[in-house]
Amino acid sequence: MRYLPKSPAEREEMLAAIGAKSIEELFSSIPEAYRLRKPLNLPGPFSEAEVIRYFEARGAENSLGYSRFLGAGVYSHLRSVVTDAILQRGEFLTSYTPYQAEISQGTLQAIFEFQTLMCQLTGQEVANASMYDGSTATTEAVLMAERLTGRRRVLVARTLHPEYREVLRTYAKNSGLLVEEIGFGPAGTLDLNGLKGALRDDVCSVVVQSPNFLGAIESLGPIADTVHGAGALLVVAIAEALSLGLVKPPSEADIVAMEGQSFGLAPSYGGPFVGVIASREKFVRQMPGRLAGQTTDVNGHRGFVLTLATREQHIRREKATSNICTNQALCALAATVHLTLLGKEGIREMAEQNLAKAQFALQELEKIPGIKRSFAAPFFNEFAVELPRSVKIVNAELLKSKIIGPYVVGSAYPELSKHALVCVTETTSRAEIEKFVSAVKSALETPL
Amino acid sequence: MNAKIKKASRHVNQNEGLIFEKSSPGKRGFELPPLDVPAVDAGKALGAAYRRDGVEGFPEVSEIEVIRHFTRLSTWNFAIDLGMYPLGSCTMKYNPRVNEHVARLAGIATEHPYQPQELSQGCLKILSLLEKCLLEITGMDVITLQPAAGAQGELTGLLLIRAHHQKHGNPRKKVLIPDSAHGTNPATAVIAGYEVQNIKSDSNGQVDLAHLREQVDETVAALMLTNPSTLGIFEQQIPEIAEILHAKGALLYMDGANMNALAGVTRPGDMGVDVMHLNLHKTFSTPHGGGGPGAGPVAMKKILEPFLPVPILVEKEGGRLALDYQRKESVGRVRAFGGNFGVLVRALAYILAYGPGVRQATEDAVLNANYIRKHLEGTYDLPYTRPSMHEVVFSDAIQKRRGVNTMDIAKRLIDYGFHPYTTAFPLIVPGALMIEPTESESKEECDYFIETMKSVAEEAEKNPELVKTAPHTTRIRRLDEVGAARRPILRWKSGETPRSDEPGTPKVKVATPTIPTC
Repeated sequence: MRYLPKSPAEREEMLAAIGAKSIEELFSSIPEAYRLRKPLNLPGPFSEAEVIRYFEARGAENSLGYSRFLGAGVYSHLRSVVTDAILQRGEFLTSYTPYQAEISQGTLQAIFEFQTLMCQLTGQEVANASMYDGSTATTEAVLMAERLTGRRRVLVARTLHPEYREVLRTYAKNSGLLVEEIGFGPAGTLDLNGLKGALRDDVCSVVVQSPNFLGAIESLGPIADTVHGAGALLVVAIAEALSLGLVKPPSEADIVAMEGQSFGLAPSYGGPFVGVIASREKFVRQMPGRLAGQTTDVNGHRGFVLTLATREQHIRREKATSNICTNQALCALAATVHLTLLGKEGIREMAEQNLAKAQFALQELEKIPGIKRSFAAPFFNEFAVELPRSVKIVNAELLKSKIIGPYVVGSAYPELSKHALVCVTETTSRAEIEKFVSAVKSALETPL
Repeated sequence: MNAKIKKASRHVNQNEGLIFEKSSPGKRGFELPPLDVPAVDAGKALGAAYRRDGVEGFPEVSEIEVIRHFTRLSTWNFAIDLGMYPLGSCTMKYNPRVNEHVARLAGIATEHPYQPQELSQGCLKILSLLEKCLLEITGMDVITLQPAAGAQGELTGLLLIRAHHQKHGNPRKKVLIPDSAHGTNPATAVIAGYEVQNIKSDSNGQVDLAHLREQVDETVAALMLTNPSTLGIFEQQIPEIAEILHAKGALLYMDGANMNALAGVTRPGDMGVDVMHLNLHKTFSTPHGGGGPGAGPVAMKKILEPFLPVPILVEKEGGRLALDYQRKESVGRVRAFGGNFGVLVRALAYILAYGPGVRQATEDAVLNANYIRKHLEGTYDLPYTRPSMHEVVFSDAIQKRRGVNTMDIAKRLIDYGFHPYTTAFPLIVPGALMIEPTESESKEECDYFIETMKSVAEEAEKNPELVKTAPHTTRIRRLDEVGAARRPILRWKSGETPRSDEPGTPKVKVATPTIPTC
């Protein structure tokens, strides 16, 4: 087998050196009754070509050749081939967690750079080396707020991604956290009065997503004032990180929980992605996850190490801030490479293209009789429109033109059953947008 | 250079600063195709939310500088592609390149989790086949591929256990954890809302059955067992352990981090395990990538099926696959979307390459560990003498007599061209040296490792200072971890972060850390 560097003769030699007559002897500590007598029933073995053929065949059974207007937490963006050229280097791909700092400076410096970029993007003072994704980053941010304030209630905007809310509830059930939702107003943004009504001195945090799940950008200033007035912490979740190229960073937030998938990570049917927690320096000792810090060696040379490890599971065990161990390091590296390639001008330009294309799509859609924009709040690359008939039916028609249509808002917000969440990025061409609009128009004209 | 060190030499190696230090306005590394729709005034469109000044401090560098920057950084890392990582319980095996290729295929990397299920049958088939293979390997009944890592798998497992007990009217209070367990076990138990109670190991390093019998009552939800244990020793009494637990309605959770000793040879499901997680980034070859991404699928017996996290993969008429979100008793979700799909693809590619031959990998892993143990017994203290499986744990007791500890020996290994083994873990062995070669090491590499360990033991005897101040040949020497924690510098800031790598900078006193690593 090509992954095993031993010849039969070498195996014999090694058994002899051990003093064992057969490999079976080395498994004698497993009770007889439980030792398998037959090979497992598994497909294979496959040669390299057969492995490739298998997955190419699976790829052909998916959505190749379709254009797509879906966002809803996973975004299609351009990725440079340079990113994979770096990621595929064995020294990054096949290296371990950088516990042995002298031979992991590449990984550690890259993490330090990632942490810096995340701070620059979010306007926060410190960021960690990654969480699993945006949904768990948001959850861990809430648990962090609970530890910091000692309070048990959390108020969550209903416009926080539905799956992020589900994850929070799963984790909250066992920590005694009480989760309540605050609705949204006609502009598509948080109902500030609803928030004021629900805030009491038992609230640890308020969680708001911006741009929110419906695409609307929140006015964080008044929300922050309200939240802080009650002694609670403001957690801002961000699912479309590219928005930070053009949208003001949430510096009013106490903790930012971000999904970094937009930065160099393919949609990949839902993962792996990269979550980030960014916060104030004064809260760092309650932050979960790894942190890379700058220091010097015996010769006074600058170097980097994992630091403040007393927060973590391998030191504090049951008193740890989180159980996280393996995180998303290589994905964080992808984001770091991607962002350094884009740079200050590139991220702005990419964000501008998203904004322009989304505005263009909305403009064209609004020309169709019966279609109107759902919410007045400003948006980045995602917006909701109300259709005169069921989105599901329209999407079924669109498929015939090889278009994967917008997210059916009614699946998560039953009262918005005729609303569609349209996402347009820099990867969508004008021709594709026009074809989409034209297909929507036809779909609406088709007799039911 | 030491003539005994055959595996590694010194070589010219590039220096490189932080990417922000190479930045200057007007440089870019990536260009976009021109905008094909009318440009929009962002200030007008976004109003008060507009970020007028862009991202302050963001680097501005060219493509070649990015390539050089990260390439240079990469050369400062050790990696499996360069040589052996004998890290116990990490299973640092070869990461097959075809796995990387297939994960990036168009039609695989490009798919959106919310696209129509009829246009995702390829993805769903991959998930379905992986589920079947992992169930065959573990001997369990149902599985979830959702958890993003082992620790998240552990949490999912405990949530399933809690839901089960809750259904029976009593969620119970405690989880029993052996004192040899990995830190994620107790950390996870607390997050799941349980109290942790430690279970002693006996003189053989196995679960003390008598102690266990005393501890198990109706307040105990489960025992979290690693098998083989973190000592690399098979818990022979696992069927008895299961019986003791089941008699009081408690469940047996198995931490599957050490599956590399079992795959194809035996199945946890046959031995009374109720629920377990797997680490795909260990046993199933998906790359560690400097710290993830991984995946921690959780396999379980049928009794826990009602509580599976949603969505669940189901087969409909005509063989069509679908995702089912309607499960009343589900514990919920532990993360958004279905799981680390790209990692799952890599694991399936690994399994397909081996087929039933996966047993050979397990045999070679155990062979390598025992070969190393045989040659180092006597040179290093072996605290537990029961047979080793895929890893062996020595202690630094002999070398300590000369003031040399496990951390020092580990650092000296670096000069010989190896990555250190796992130091100071498990906690039940003071001064532990935890060695797991995996099946990816040739006889030659194992022989180099044995020679190296013997040489370092000799140095510890004859020239302890040499070992205590190792490594000597790395571009960076031992780092001041105490200082790093006392005055944390966690990001670059323009004009503030001191550069101290000019020659002639005064020496800094370094504290020797004793933080366990794995």
